[in-house]
Amino acid sequence: MVPLEWYITLSTVIFIIGVIGFLIRRNIIIMLISIELMLNAVNLSLVAFSHYLQDLKGQILVIFVITVAAAEAAIGLAILVSLYRNKAVVHTDKITEMKG
Amino acid sequence: MTMEKYVLIPLLPLIGFCINIWFGRFYQEKAHWISILAVLGSFILSVITFIEVLQGKVINYDLYSWVISGNFKVSIGFLIDQLTAIMLIVVTSVSLLVHIYSVGYMHGDSGYYRFFSYLNLFTFSMLMLVTGNNLMQLYFGWEAVGLCSYFLIGYYFRKQSAADAGKKAFIVNRFGDFGFGIGVFMVFIYLETLHYTDIFANIHTLQGQTINILGFEIGLVTLIALLLFCGAIGKSAQLPLHVWLADAMEGPTPVSALIHAATMVTAGVFLVARFNPLFSMSETAMMVVALTGAITSLFAATIALVQNDIKRIIAYSTVSQLGYMFLACGVGAYGAGIFHLFTHAYFKALLFLGAGSVMHAMAGQLDIQKMGGLRKYMPITFWTFMIASVSIAGIPGLAGFFSKDEILWLAYNAGTVGRIVWVIGTIVAGLTAFYSFRIVFLTFFGKFKGTHEEEHHLHESPSSMTVPLMILAVGAISAGWVGIPPLLGGTNMIGHFLEPVLGHPHVHGTHAEEWMVIAISVVVALGGIFTAAVMYLWAPGIPQLLGRTFRSIYTVLWNKYYVDELYDYTIVRPTKWIGSRILVGVTDGKIIEGIVNGVPKLIAEFGERFRKLQTGFLQHYAMGMAFGLFVILSLVLIFVKQ
Amino acid sequence: MLPQIIFGYFAIVTIVLSLVIITRKNPVHSVLWMLVLFFHIAAIYLFLNAEFIAAVQVILYAGAVLVLFLFVIMMLNLKEELSSERFIGEWPIGVALGLSILLFIFFSIAKLAPGPLGKFTIELIQKETHTKAIGKVLYTEYILPFEVASLILLIAIVGAMVLAKKRT
Repeated sequence: MVPLEWYITLSTVIFIIGVIGFLIRRNIIIMLISIELMLNAVNLSLVAFSHYLQDLKGQILVIFVITVAAAEAAIGLAILVSLYRNKAVVHTDKITEMKG
Repeated sequence: MTMEKYVLIPLLPLIGFCINIWFGRFYQEKAHWISILAVLGSFILSVITFIEVLQGKVINYDLYSWVISGNFKVSIGFLIDQLTAIMLIVVTSVSLLVHIYSVGYMHGDSGYYRFFSYLNLFTFSMLMLVTGNNLMQLYFGWEAVGLCSYFLIGYYFRKQSAADAGKKAFIVNRFGDFGFGIGVFMVFIYLETLHYTDIFANIHTLQGQTINILGFEIGLVTLIALLLFCGAIGKSAQLPLHVWLADAMEGPTPVSALIHAATMVTAGVFLVARFNPLFSMSETAMMVVALTGAITSLFAATIALVQNDIKRIIAYSTVSQLGYMFLACGVGAYGAGIFHLFTHAYFKALLFLGAGSVMHAMAGQLDIQKMGGLRKYMPITFWTFMIASVSIAGIPGLAGFFSKDEILWLAYNAGTVGRIVWVIGTIVAGLTAFYSFRIVFLTFFGKFKGTHEEEHHLHESPSSMTVPLMILAVGAISAGWVGIPPLLGGTNMIGHFLEPVLGHPHVHGTHAEEWMVIAISVVVALGGIFTAAVMYLWAPGIPQLLGRTFRSIYTVLWNKYYVDELYDYTIVRPTKWIGSRILVGVTDGKIIEGIVNGVPKLIAEFGERFRKLQTGFLQHYAMGMAFGLFVILSLVLIFVKQ
Repeated sequence: MLPQIIFGYFAIVTIVLSLVIITRKNPVHSVLWMLVLFFHIAAIYLFLNAEFIAAVQVILYAGAVLVLFLFVIMMLNLKEELSSERFIGEWPIGVALGLSILLFIFFSIAKLAPGPLGKFTIELIQKETHTKAIGKVLYTEYILPFEVASLILLIAIVGAMVLAKKRT
């Protein structure tokens, strides 16, 4: 039997990799992929907890997370498409309209 | 139709106001129908109510609670007793006649519907004032009638003097109402109620209590009574706040008749009469009321002697007569005061409306020196005006005589103060007769002194104006018959009617003395008329001669004792100086503008520095969030113990 | 011993794949590696007796979301992408921040205290089948959130269409 801590550790590592990816990449598509990575890490820990605590609530939550992730991906990509159409860039350091 | 009836009395004019002010512009020339119907409804209900009260019914009930906060409770309620019933009759009947009169007088005016809606609003406010069963409602009505008065004085707001007069009336009344407001607070603080019945039931607990003001021990009752009287002074144009009433004549004449003669200005008398249990407890307050009334009546009567503006003379006459009513209240003769209020409403409204009719014929001319001989051009106006003058002069048989005589007789019986005010009152009676007939003789007798063009224009007023005049004339003759004293074969019905509310003063004088008082006042009145006749009919040179001989006195009287100038120098100018120098210069210029301009400047400065934080670079924000997560985690690790 | 070895395989592959994904220059490669990663995660779900979640993971993520990503990438100009810098200038700060958070979470894992056990034991789920068990809970206790989730999806559809639509 694999201990719960292993799953948590694995989930944490994937999550942090997602965070780092989000923080250091210039390309917005990769940043969106990093977000999916983080969400998957969270899902993993939720399912693990659900299994070890013998409670299905965690898995129900996973379903909702997947729903929201799908919506988020759709919206995010739609924004990206419209951004690319208007400015022809997908790199964050080229988009600095908000600079004070 | 039990309680709703009493609610409808003030409500009908309010409905009329709402309809006219919102929809009046669509039917300009027909606006008077709604107003008159509303007031007619009120009048009929008032008469029904009066008859019920006559049968001994007294109504006191709360319609609904308006404000409830702790033990502070304000309700819209109605107290309809004998006093209120009389006031209802006075207000609604005069209001109705003035409404009808205005149809002719205001014909063709551009603000026709506005005028009628204001009149309705005024009637509503006045009815609220008199029917209220608590001080708060009285105060509400009090301020509301003041507001309507402002609207109506400044009705011709394009005319600078009218707008100024409106402001003056409003501001002068502030002074009185300030005291009145404090009086209301004091009543609430010490009695914890504003309902009349509770106030009068508990008022004896205040007896003997004193309050320390600037080191002086002042009786609580006296203080409250005087504070309330402050409001009455302002509203009823007594010394020293009488200055607004003469200027208020800038308003349309029907307004002068309704507001500044018959109803609103008598609110002060009503207030004193309503609070008679309070006033009666304080001798000082009573004396102040009596002397204020007496001095005001003398003061205003002397001013009226020399003025030439027909409306202003009548206005000063009103101030003088109001002084009479306060004089009556001050000697404990509340019933006589209200009786005089009742008769005065009719003959004074008649005088004003008659003056309005004259003005109508003279195309707005107000100077009685430029009139004359109008008798043959406008007989109805002449005869009704004559009746009113005879009535106010106090010739036996007419309304003014009975009420004035009642006051003088009761004053004569009321101790030393009473004797003093009786003497003053008698003198004033003579002066009143003189100046009233001065108007009559200068206006209606002799030769026309205006231009030829004006003479050609002279005509009798339309029937919508003359009919109210005639009805009021009936009132001016007969209103006094309800108070014929026993000595003259009457029963003093009104005095007995009002007794449950106002009480009746002790009379210990003999019949002989009463005859003497009557005789003196009649002789003085006839003397006044005779003098006026001599000076203005038979020997027209005398006024000029007197004016030259007593030039200084004449000048003082002509300038109304320089009270306006005194106020101008002591109050108006310093206030303006403070306003322009300190408030505009320092407070507004430096402090307020400094704050208003300084705060944005500070924010702009701040923003200029801190905008650099906003790089507009997505990852910088993300790193900020990550750093925040890092901080939270470290805090959790450090502070949360397992 | 066998479960640990199998878990170890999946764990290592997942971590390596994650690192690969965030470092590829070509987004298409990233997405394709992501596909592999999702299959591995689905396998871990199976390992945790969550067949339904595993199926959803494959169908929804691998089947729908990644295809969407691929579509969008195809619309972009990849040539320019391949010739430009991968990371932002301050990338060491990002990595340091991420690693310090990781460190702190590791510390807190030691303090983990599981709550009380629920009634869905492995035997129960196996007897009832996982899909049926989840369905029962989802359509009874969580019916309202479920409906709300459908609304979120609807809004996302509309929003995505409005955003991506060409301005006329």
